[in-house]
Amino acid sequence: MPNHRILVLYAHPAPHRSRINRRLADAARAIDGVLLHDLYETYPDFFIDVAHEQALAEQAELIVFLHPLRWYSMPSLLKEWVDAVLQPGWAYGPGATALRGKGYLLALTTGSGLDAYAAGERHGHPFDAFLPPFRQTAALCGMHWLAPHILHGANSANEEAVEAHVAAFRSRLEAWLRGDRHGA
Amino acid sequence: MEHSLLTNALIYLAAAVVAVPLAKRLGLGAVLGYLLAGMAIGPWGLKLIGDVETILHFSEFGVVLLLFLIGLELEPSRLWSLRRQIFGWGTAQVLLVAAALFGAALLVGVDWRVALIAALGLSLSSTAIALATLGERNLMGTPAGQAGFALLLFQDIAAIPMIALVPVLGVAVADSAHAGGWQNAARLAAVIAGVVIGGRYLVRPALRIIAKAGMREIFTAFALLLVIAISLLMQWVGMSMALGAFMAGVLLADSEYRHALETDLEPFKGLLLGLFFIAVGMSVDFGVFLAKPMIILGLVLGFLAIKLTVLFLLSFRFGIARGQRWLFAILLSQGGEFAFVVFGAAATARVFAPETGSLLVAVVALSMVSTPLLLLFHDKVLEPRYRGQNKREPDAIDDNEGHVIIAGFGRFGQIIGRLLNANRIKLTILDHDPDQIELLRRFGFKVFYGDATRIDLLTAAGAAKARALVLAIDDIDDSLALADAVREHFPDLPILARARNVTHMYQLMDRGVTIVERETFESALQLGRRALSQLGFGAYRAREAMLKFREHNKNSVDAVYPYYKDREQYVSMAKRARDELNAMFARDLKNIDNETDQGWD
Repeated sequence: MPNHRILVLYAHPAPHRSRINRRLADAARAIDGVLLHDLYETYPDFFIDVAHEQALAEQAELIVFLHPLRWYSMPSLLKEWVDAVLQPGWAYGPGATALRGKGYLLALTTGSGLDAYAAGERHGHPFDAFLPPFRQTAALCGMHWLAPHILHGANSANEEAVEAHVAAFRSRLEAWLRGDRHGA
Repeated sequence: MEHSLLTNALIYLAAAVVAVPLAKRLGLGAVLGYLLAGMAIGPWGLKLIGDVETILHFSEFGVVLLLFLIGLELEPSRLWSLRRQIFGWGTAQVLLVAAALFGAALLVGVDWRVALIAALGLSLSSTAIALATLGERNLMGTPAGQAGFALLLFQDIAAIPMIALVPVLGVAVADSAHAGGWQNAARLAAVIAGVVIGGRYLVRPALRIIAKAGMREIFTAFALLLVIAISLLMQWVGMSMALGAFMAGVLLADSEYRHALETDLEPFKGLLLGLFFIAVGMSVDFGVFLAKPMIILGLVLGFLAIKLTVLFLLSFRFGIARGQRWLFAILLSQGGEFAFVVFGAAATARVFAPETGSLLVAVVALSMVSTPLLLLFHDKVLEPRYRGQNKREPDAIDDNEGHVIIAGFGRFGQIIGRLLNANRIKLTILDHDPDQIELLRRFGFKVFYGDATRIDLLTAAGAAKARALVLAIDDIDDSLALADAVREHFPDLPILARARNVTHMYQLMDRGVTIVERETFESALQLGRRALSQLGFGAYRAREAMLKFREHNKNSVDAVYPYYKDREQYVSMAKRARDELNAMFARDLKNIDNETDQGWD
């Protein structure tokens, strides 16, 4: 069992064509105490080893979902992970304490800029309107919701913006490992 | 006229071939057909055959084979669960029928010793007729069939003390032949123990060695040898041959060679049983009948009336459904083969005069002839009256109901078998490699030895009740032959087939098999996928690429199928395969890179 305190669930169906998520993943992987868990590499057939995943999650103090936004939600394999691993009695419901008190960080990229998320615009709603499913998943499992780490307009982001975003992600994870729950 | 073996065979076979289909056509049933054929060629018909006694004796081996085959169907545990029926109901039937006949005979003033022997002899029924009829009508699984079978089995046991009893009643015929009774008993016990132990530890390995030799006729020869040897052994210790054969059958019931033994002995049983019925037909002594027609008819009618009544009343105790009570009574109403033996022994022991003996034998023979006629009456008159009120009985549950048959259990079939087994699917496995079978049986699989392309083996393996057939044979010709046979005889049985190559796949598709997997295709794709991964493709991307190619290849194979059919007349096999490969490569290249370069983070 890896000796990690942060579990990053990285879900990207086409990592070879990713500019930003791949760099975020590489940055996380380089930090001691972080387990970068590449779901599409580990479970290409969508057959998830539930007991193994639960053990990884139990050991972590912070669980990070790292992925591009897909149809206002997570990539299908990460959704499969949620469906299969977050079992009643373990993750939620009577007697479930496995994830209680852990931190939960959503690290997202979106193709469109933030301005497309507004009434009357392309996506019809402000961006925060799409977060409740993530937020409530964490809440039901008793996890603390941290401010999400989001890069909007990933398709058109320039190098400086990407670099700054990756650096900020790195320092948030490092802050958590130092025990700074608020800086993370 | 002097007859050689071949001319005799010619006469029997011709009589059977003419009479039996005719009788079936007229709705009389096969048994009556044989009996009529026997009457026609016998001493009182066309006089083609003289030596009835010998033929009757010889053909009794058909009954022995019948009991052996029935034993094969009956595992010891099931036999044990029938013990109440066999011994309880069996004793009740023999004693009550014998008592009723004995009483009736005393009433009309027959000497008590004659009455006793006649009553005991006539209380037995004909195993051959009753079981053949049960089989012909597929009634073995019904309560009436089960009860009938149990009673017949007990009668086979009961006949032994009866035959022993006869000399006691007679004017002591030289008693020297039979030494102390305890010696006989000891010999009997020793032989039975020998059969039980030998059946377990000698016959099975012997069967395996012979099966391994791969010579069918030697396997058949061994099967016959086995039955004959056990029968003679049993006769030697004074037990019924049929009972001995039955015991041997039971001992081999859970053997992997059960189906193979069944299929090999079945034709012998059928022919010998037919011969037996012919012999019974021939033995009907019309001389005696013509001399005293009224007495004989009266005796037959009286006997049948008494036996039918007792059996009918007993059927209530046996829990037989309303609609089957008369059927049950009729099935067991006739006198049996043992009656001939008992009366023969009685005549020898001079319990009664030879005329009385031939009179009784005529009664038994006529009662045998009456059974098919009574059944006809039952079908035409009695049964329709019940049909309205009597709901259909539930089908007897077969052990194998809802199973899946796997034909061919080599490297390919095994994986399927283990997958299904792990998911609690009941399996029947057919294979022709004895080593394989031995190994698998050790792991608790139900494996049978035999050539799966034989339709009789499939029938014996329960193809009629199977949910699916997995055709995993590696030989292409055998695979196609089996597909043909199943399509013809079990059109509703779904086939899932393994194809050795694309042409084989097309040939299976020609036969209407829709679920076909090429044996190397999927595993080659998996290894190809691993190769892509090794070359730096992400696991998921490699999977996608593999799936895309797989889909594309399947479409290509389907697209080439009609083309294969058109050209199969004149293009050589090799040329065709090359063309297909060419076409596929061309299509592969046209395919693939249609990935779009859109919005990924």
